[in-house]
Parts: sequence; C-alpha cells; structure tokens
Amino acid sequence: MSLRIVVTVKYVPDATGDRHFADDLTVDRDDVDGLLSELDEYAVEQALQISENSDDDVEVTVLTIGPEDAKDALRKALSMGADKAIHVEDDDLHGTDAIGTSLVLAKAIEKAGYDLVVSGMASTDGTMGVVPALVAERLGVPQVTLLSEVSVEDGTVKGRRDGDSATEQLEASLPAVVSVTDQSGEARYPSFKGIMAAKKKPVQSWDLSDLEIDADEVGLAGAWTKVETATERPARTAGTIVKDEGEGGKQLAEFLASQKFI
Amino acid sequence: MAEVLVYVDHVDGAVRKPTLELLTLARRVGEPVAVALGNGAGDTAATLAEHGAVKVLTHEASEYADYLVVPKVDALQAAVESVSAAGSLAAVLVPSSAEGKEIAARLALRIGSGIITDAVDLEAGDEGPVATQSVFAASYTTKSRISKGTPVITVKPNSAAVEAAPAAGAVEALTVSFSDKATGTKVTGRTPRESTGRPELTEAAIVVSGGRGVNGAENFAIIEALADSLGAAVGASRAAVDAGWYPHTNQVGQTGKSVSPQLYIASGISGAIQHRAGMQTSKTIVAINKDAEAPIFELVDYGVVGDLFDVVPALTEEVKARKG
Ligand SMILES: Cc1cc2nc3c(=O)[nH]c(=O)nc-3n(C[C@H](O)[C@H](O)[C@H](O)COP(=O)(O)OP(=O)(O)OC[C@H]3O[C@@H](n4cnc5c(N)ncnc54)[C@H](O)[C@@H]3O)c2cc1C
Repeated sequence: MSLRIVVTVKYVPDATGDRHFADDLTVDRDDVDGLLSELDEYAVEQALQISENSDDDVEVTVLTIGPEDAKDALRKALSMGADKAIHVEDDDLHGTDAIGTSLVLAKAIEKAGYDLVVSGMASTDGTMGVVPALVAERLGVPQVTLLSEVSVEDGTVKGRRDGDSATEQLEASLPAVVSVTDQSGEARYPSFKGIMAAKKKPVQSWDLSDLEIDADEVGLAGAWTKVETATERPARTAGTIVKDEGEGGKQLAEFLASQKFI
Repeated sequence: MAEVLVYVDHVDGAVRKPTLELLTLARRVGEPVAVALGNGAGDTAATLAEHGAVKVLTHEASEYADYLVVPKVDALQAAVESVSAAGSLAAVLVPSSAEGKEIAARLALRIGSGIITDAVDLEAGDEGPVATQSVFAASYTTKSRISKGTPVITVKPNSAAVEAAPAAGAVEALTVSFSDKATGTKVTGRTPRESTGRPELTEAAIVVSGGRGVNGAENFAIIEALADSLGAAVGASRAAVDAGWYPHTNQVGQTGKSVSPQLYIASGISGAIQHRAGMQTSKTIVAINKDAEAPIFELVDYGVVGDLFDVVPALTEEVKARKG
C-alpha cells in the first residue's frame, strides 16, 4: 500500500520583525525577513513521523502558495526530510484571503493526489486558524483538526484534540485533513545531510491556469472581505515602574486599589 | 428590521458568557435570533431572552456530541436558510473559540460569504457590519467588512458588556437534515476539563499569569494564591507550560488562549511577541520581573522590578488585608 501525504506550509514574515501593512492594506512581505511558519514545522514533523512509523510506501509532498521567496519555506521542509515540493505562484494571487487560499490549496492537493493532508494549527501572520477546516470542506473529506497527538494505521487517522472544554479522541477514515498544534512534539532540525539532499529534491511550480482557477476567484479582487483601515496601535503610555526595596508588594496593592481592583 | 443569527455556546443548557456579549453586539446590527444545538439546547432560552434574543432556534441530536464540527455547520446552515427565506439576514455571529471559528469558516464557504475572525468590536455600517480586529500581536487595529454574501463574523470573549435587554425569546424547533459528511469524524472519547473553581481564563475580569521565572510546578501555588485573593483566573507562558509546570489549557499567547481582561498581572514573564499576542489588549497590565530590561515593562501600567518570590506573596497578603 502507498500513502500520499501533502503538507501545507506558509512562508510568513518573521514575527519578531517589525510587521506592517503595505499601501493596499495587505501584509507587507517585502520589508521583513520571511521564514517557514514555525507552526507549520510541527506539521512537517508529524508527517515525517507518520511516514517513519508506517510499513507502507509513504511519500511526503510539501505544498506552498506564495511569491518566489516562498521557495525558502519549501527548502526548509525538504531539508527536514520531505520528499518533494510544489510551489503555487501567480501574480494574481496577491491579497488572497482565507477562502481563496483554501480554493487554491484544495485544487493543488487534488492535482497532486493525496490520502492525508497535514497542516499547522494556524499561520503566524494571519492567525485565523480556519484554512484546514476550509480545505476539508472543499475536498469533502473528514476534518481532524487541532491535534496534539496523531497516528495513522490501516487507513484510519486517530488523534487527540485538546478542545475548549474537553479533551477529545477523534477518528476518521482516509482520505482526511489533519491539523496539528505546537503541543504535538518539537520539530527536528535539518541535518547537514538533509540540507544537501534537499538541493536535489524536485520542486514543481504551478500557476493558476495549471489549477484551472480564474484570476477573479482569488487575489484582492476576489477576496470576500475588505480591510477598510489599518492603524498602528498607539504605544501604551509609559507606566510607573518601581524597584522593590521591600515595599514592592505594598506599592502594587496601592496601585490596584487606586484602580478599584481591590 | 433584519435579523442576526447568534450561535450559542453552552454546556448542557448553561449559556457561556461570550454568547451573551454577542447578543449585545448583535443588537447593534439587527434583531438577535439565537441558535442553540445539542443536549440542553432548550434550557438556554430563558437566559438568551433576558439578553435580547427575539427567537431561539433549537435542535437536539446526539450527532452534535458524537461527531466533530460538521453537524453544527449543517444546523447553522439550516438556520441561515430558514431565516433568509422568511425575511432578511444581516449577519451570523459566532463566539471565537477554536471550534467556533471552524464552524463559522465552513458555514461561510457553503453560503458563499466572506468571513472575519477574532473581532473585538462590531458596529453597524452603510455597507454592512464593520468589525474591528487586533492584528500582528495587537500592534495594529484594523476595521474590515465583508464584501460578499451574508457577513459571518467570529467575536472574541470580553469584546462587549453583557447587557440585560428582555425580549420574547420564543423557542422554535429548527429542522436539520444532516449531510453525508456530518459523520466523517467520530468523537470516540471525551474527557471534560476538570473545573478548578476559578473563573474561565478567556472570560475572567482579572488574569494572574506566571512564566519561567516561577521556576517549578509547586511554585505555581504562589500565583494561584494571588489569583484567588483577587478572584482571578490563572494563566501561564509557554515556557512554563512546556516545562510541565502548568496545563496547556492555561497558556496565554499566540498558540494558547487570547485574553482581554480588565487587569493582567504577569509574574516572571519576559513578554515575548507570542505571549504579547495573547494579552496585549488587556485594559490594565501589571508586571513583576527581576530584570528591569524585560520587554514586558514596555506594556505595563505599573511594574515592579523585583523577585516574584518576595513581591507576589507580599501583594497577596496586602490584597487579603485590604479586602478584610
Ligand atoms: C510559533 C510560536 C508560538 C508561541 N506561542 C506562545 C504562546 O502562546 N504563549 C507564550 O507565552 N509563548 C509562546 N511562544 C514562546 C515565546 O517566544 C517565549 O519563548 C515565551 O513566552 C517565554 O516565556 P517566559 O516569558 O515565561 O520565559 P522567559 O522568556 O525565559 O522569561 C522569564 C522571565 O522571568 C524573569 N524571572 C526569572 N526569575 C524571576 C524571579 N525570581 N522573579 C521575577 N522575575 C523572574 C526573567 O527576568 C525573565 O524575564 C511561542 C513561540 C513560537 C515560536
């Protein structure tokens, strides 16, 4: 048996950089260094572990949508151990929202062929956390999301979801869409050997016409949401800072009382 | 007047506070019609009516507990269709929990609508409701609206006040036929979270958090004691959670809970961007840290440079003394 895993990854602006908006109110991707979203490293890791723990013939493909630089994210995933990569790149994709992203991902996943899709819990820039659910809706396959533990056996995926009010054990038949949280286990560092090997691994490039998507279904024009204004949050007014010389607790209590908290 | 659907988050009929906040926001854009699903759905009506629900659509079925997300999407879609057929629908509001966002997103895709998640405010606009969001770890505030279909918006806890606004709250049974996808993901086991007796982290008016500086699971007793003296919820940084000192359900930040209380007290937390992402919109921020250079001090209204093992117990004693 063979198992085809597609891992969706995103190239994001570094969260520790000074992130801001471009003039058209999309995320500015030019001025801040980019990287493979840390939360997608967990997805790559779990896909590799599923592959290593399986007797089947497993192939792990990483898929990203993004500008030329997004290839860096694919290289990183390949150097961790993924087998091949797909890069969807098209100028018309600029400004695509979550609904549009899910369309492009679903079409690319179908074209690539899949038994299991593994995603991160959210991107570190948009942080909506809804793309895996949307991709499952589009593909018409089970959604097994926000897992802190995941395993695949005999065509069934099982996992643990730490929900808002309960921990749930989930189960679904493949094909399915899975997302994993940062509780699923540390992601490995690429080894030197892995980095060298990644250079020879195939990276396929597709554009919208390859996926039979019209330009007006995606991008800023095709977005179903519109950001009207984006304002930088005013810096918080500098607070009072005291050094504890034995009275710190008392001084803090006085502050809290002055603010009517006690 | 157009109607607004409000998805009800409840536990066996007990309505959770964020839903009541949604009713406050819903009244700004239309007449609230609540949708309550699953075990105890009918018991939600009285509370919802008190807070402005004109109608309460209910449906009880075991599928809601036995399968993940999709049965709820099917039901909400049925509610959208029934309200749209009878009149006009201004928006669908859903609490911004992890599950709430997934339900809302799938619904939006099905009904051909845009979606906005994690709104912190909502107002009526000429071209439909305008949602305020806080982005890039709360360094920007955006105002957005939905340009296609019926707006589907998820709203974070503590985004509005709970207001009494008595309305009819007439209960109507919702007719739902589940799609063949509804039973795709089976819930084979469920362990409810143990109640700590403290307020819910995302709903609390005061949150007291500890980080790596707390230095051990047993030392969290100091943080808990302060929290209890203030009637607060307890939070933790990822460093403290990863070290196994406190449960992940209490993690505050990008990959934990996002909180927006009246007062946030951070002890032994440096203030990394991913932590700030989950607490920066708190009204008043207080920090205790022995490093005067810690970035958390850039956010505070009041900060104490000192050892938390001295300052926190002293503060707890002082709070208790003042409260008598
Ligand atoms: C993708 C991603 C997601 C993340 N998500 C989250 C998240 O959701 N939440 C989160 O919190 N982090 C998150 N992080 C981790 C984050 O980057 C930081 O590593 C983490 O917040 C640090 O926790 P801390 O402040 O407790 O520890 P540290 O940064 O180590 O800070 C400890 C602080 O305690 C102080 N201290 C030590 N001893 C004492 C004492 N006795 N008295 C007073 N002060 C003392 C020190 O001066 C220091 O400032 C994420 C990171 C990534 C990459």
